[in-house]
Amino acid sequence: MTRTPAGAAAAAASGHAGTAGQQPAALLKRVLLQGRYEALAMLRNGEQLILAVVLPLLALVGLTVTPFLDGMGASRINVAVPGILALCAMSTAFTGQGIATGFDRRYGVLRFLSTTPLGRGGLIAGKVISVLAVLCIQVAVVSAVALALGWQPTAAGWLPGLAFLVLGAAAFTALGLLVAGTVRPEATLAITNLLWILLGALGGIVIPADKLPAAAQPAVGFLPSGALGGSLREAFLNGAVDFGAAFILLLWALLAGAAAIRWFKWN
Amino acid sequence: MRSPQSPVLSINGLVKDVGPLSSMDGKMLRVVSGISLIAERGQVTALLGANGAGKTTTLECAQGLQKSSGGSISLLGHDPATAGAGLRSRVGVMLQDGGLPPSARPLPLLRHIAGLYARPWNVDELAGRLGIDTFGRTTVRRLSGGQKQRLALAAALIGKPEVLFLDEPSAGLDPQSRQLVFDLISELRDDGMGIILTTHLMDDAQRLADYVYIIDGGRNVAEGTVPELLQRAPEVEAGAEHIRTLVFEAPAGLDLSRVLPDGVDVAETRAGSYEVTGPLTPAHLATLAAWWEAHNIMPGSMSLQARSLEDVFLDISGKDIR
Repeated sequence: MTRTPAGAAAAAASGHAGTAGQQPAALLKRVLLQGRYEALAMLRNGEQLILAVVLPLLALVGLTVTPFLDGMGASRINVAVPGILALCAMSTAFTGQGIATGFDRRYGVLRFLSTTPLGRGGLIAGKVISVLAVLCIQVAVVSAVALALGWQPTAAGWLPGLAFLVLGAAAFTALGLLVAGTVRPEATLAITNLLWILLGALGGIVIPADKLPAAAQPAVGFLPSGALGGSLREAFLNGAVDFGAAFILLLWALLAGAAAIRWFKWN
Repeated sequence: MRSPQSPVLSINGLVKDVGPLSSMDGKMLRVVSGISLIAERGQVTALLGANGAGKTTTLECAQGLQKSSGGSISLLGHDPATAGAGLRSRVGVMLQDGGLPPSARPLPLLRHIAGLYARPWNVDELAGRLGIDTFGRTTVRRLSGGQKQRLALAAALIGKPEVLFLDEPSAGLDPQSRQLVFDLISELRDDGMGIILTTHLMDDAQRLADYVYIIDGGRNVAEGTVPELLQRAPEVEAGAEHIRTLVFEAPAGLDLSRVLPDGVDVAETRAGSYEVTGPLTPAHLATLAAWWEAHNIMPGSMSLQARSLEDVFLDISGKDIR
C-alpha cells in the first residue's frame, strides 16, 4: 500500500508548524528556568513553607528557651543554630523535594517534561537548583533571626559551613529522589516526613550526639543527619573542617545517587 | 513503496516486552509484537485499536519514554531512545494522562514550557486559540477534563513542533472543545505538521485521519486511508463495500420476510424497529416503499447507513470484548 504525500506541498509552505526547524533554548537557560519554576512552586506551597521555614524557626526558639543544650561549653543559641541550618537542608532537599517529585511522578509530569527539550537530565538539574535556591532563602531567614536572638558564629565558619550545607543538600536530594522514584507518592510522603522527625530528633542533626543516649552515639556520626549537624557545629563553633563528616556525606550522596539512577522509575 | 519525502516517523517491526510480572509467574509479557508504521508530514496518521492493543506503548517507544525490546524506530531520522534536546525540541507530545502538575496555573505553566524552546509559539495567541485564556489562572486540579485536555494540547504545541504525538486527544472533550481541537489539528496538518494520534474512537479516525493503522493484540491488522479501509472487503464477506443498513420505525409485528429478495436480511431488532441489511439498491428501496403503500404504512422514522469504520474494525479485530 502506498502512502501518498498529501501534505508535501503544504509542508514546503511556512505556517504554524515548525517548518523552520525548532531548536531548544540554551541548556543553561532551560535548567535555570526549571529551577526557578520548581523553587517558586515550593515556596507557594503552604505545607512546604511550614516545613522549610516555620518548623526550623520554632525549633530554634524552642532550643534557646529550654535547657536542652546547656553544658556544651557554648551558649545555647550558638550550639542550636548550626543544627537548625542542617535541619533546613534536610527539610528542603529530602522531605520537600521528595514529596514534590513523588507526586510529579504520579501525575505524569516527569514523563511529560522529559519529552520537552528539558529532558531527564535537565529535570534533575532543575531540582538541584531549586533546592539550592530555597536553601539560600532558608539560610538567610534563619541566620537573620538567629543573629537577632544573639547568635555569634565564628567568622571562619561561614565558608566550610556553607560548603557542608551544599554537600548535605546533595546527599539528601539523592536520598529524596531515591525514595520518590521507587515507592508510591503516599509512601514517599509518610517515609520522608517520618524520617524528618526521627532524624531531626534523634539523628544528631539539631541535638548533638553527646546529648543522645550512649548506645546511639557511635551510629549517629555515620548518618547523613549526624554528619551534617556535627560538621556544621564544628564549623560555626570552632571554625574547623570535619573531614570525616565530609567523607560520610559524600559517600551518602554517591551511594544514594547511584541507587536512584539504578532504580528510579519515571512512570 | 513510499513517498519520495522522508517520513517523520518510521517504525519497523517494533517489539516491546514488559516485566517480569509477578502475575505471570515472573515471566515477561509481550505487549507489542512487531508493529510497523510510517507517518508522513502534512498528514494525520491514526493508530486505531481497542484498549490494551499496544497503541500507547508504541507511541511511548517512539517518544523515547520507553525502550523498545526489538525492531527499529526513526523519528525525524534519529533514534528516539538516544535523542538529545535538539530532537526533543522538534517533537510535541500530549500524554494520555496529561502530565500537568495539579498545583500549576495554565498560563504560567505554558510560559514556563515556552521558555524551553528557542522560538516558541506566542503563549497568548495559542491560549486564545484553544480558549485557555478563560481559565488561565485556575489551578490545573480545578479544571474540567476538557480544559485539562486543551491545556495538554497547548503544552505539546507550544514549541511549534514538526511532529505531534497525541494519545487519545478527544478523551473528555465536550462537543464544542472537540470541534475546536479537531479544527486546530486539521489546520496544523495543512501547514505541514506530521501528526500521529491514537484513538479507540472510530469517529475520530474517520473525521481526522489521512491514514489509519488498525492495531490489535500488539500487531498491525490493517492499514489504509479511510476510504480504502471502508472498501476493504474482508475475505469472508465479498462485496462488503456495497452493504447498507436501512433502519425504520413502523407498527410492530410486520412480516417482511418475503418482501425483499434473498441476500437482504430483515430483522425486527425490537418491537416496531426494523433493520434491513444487505447490498441495497434503489430497486430494493422501491420494492419496500411499494409494500408500505400497499399496506398503508408510513414509517415513523427511517435512516440509511453505509458501512462505517467501526464495522471494518469489528470485522477485522473480532467482536470480543476485551
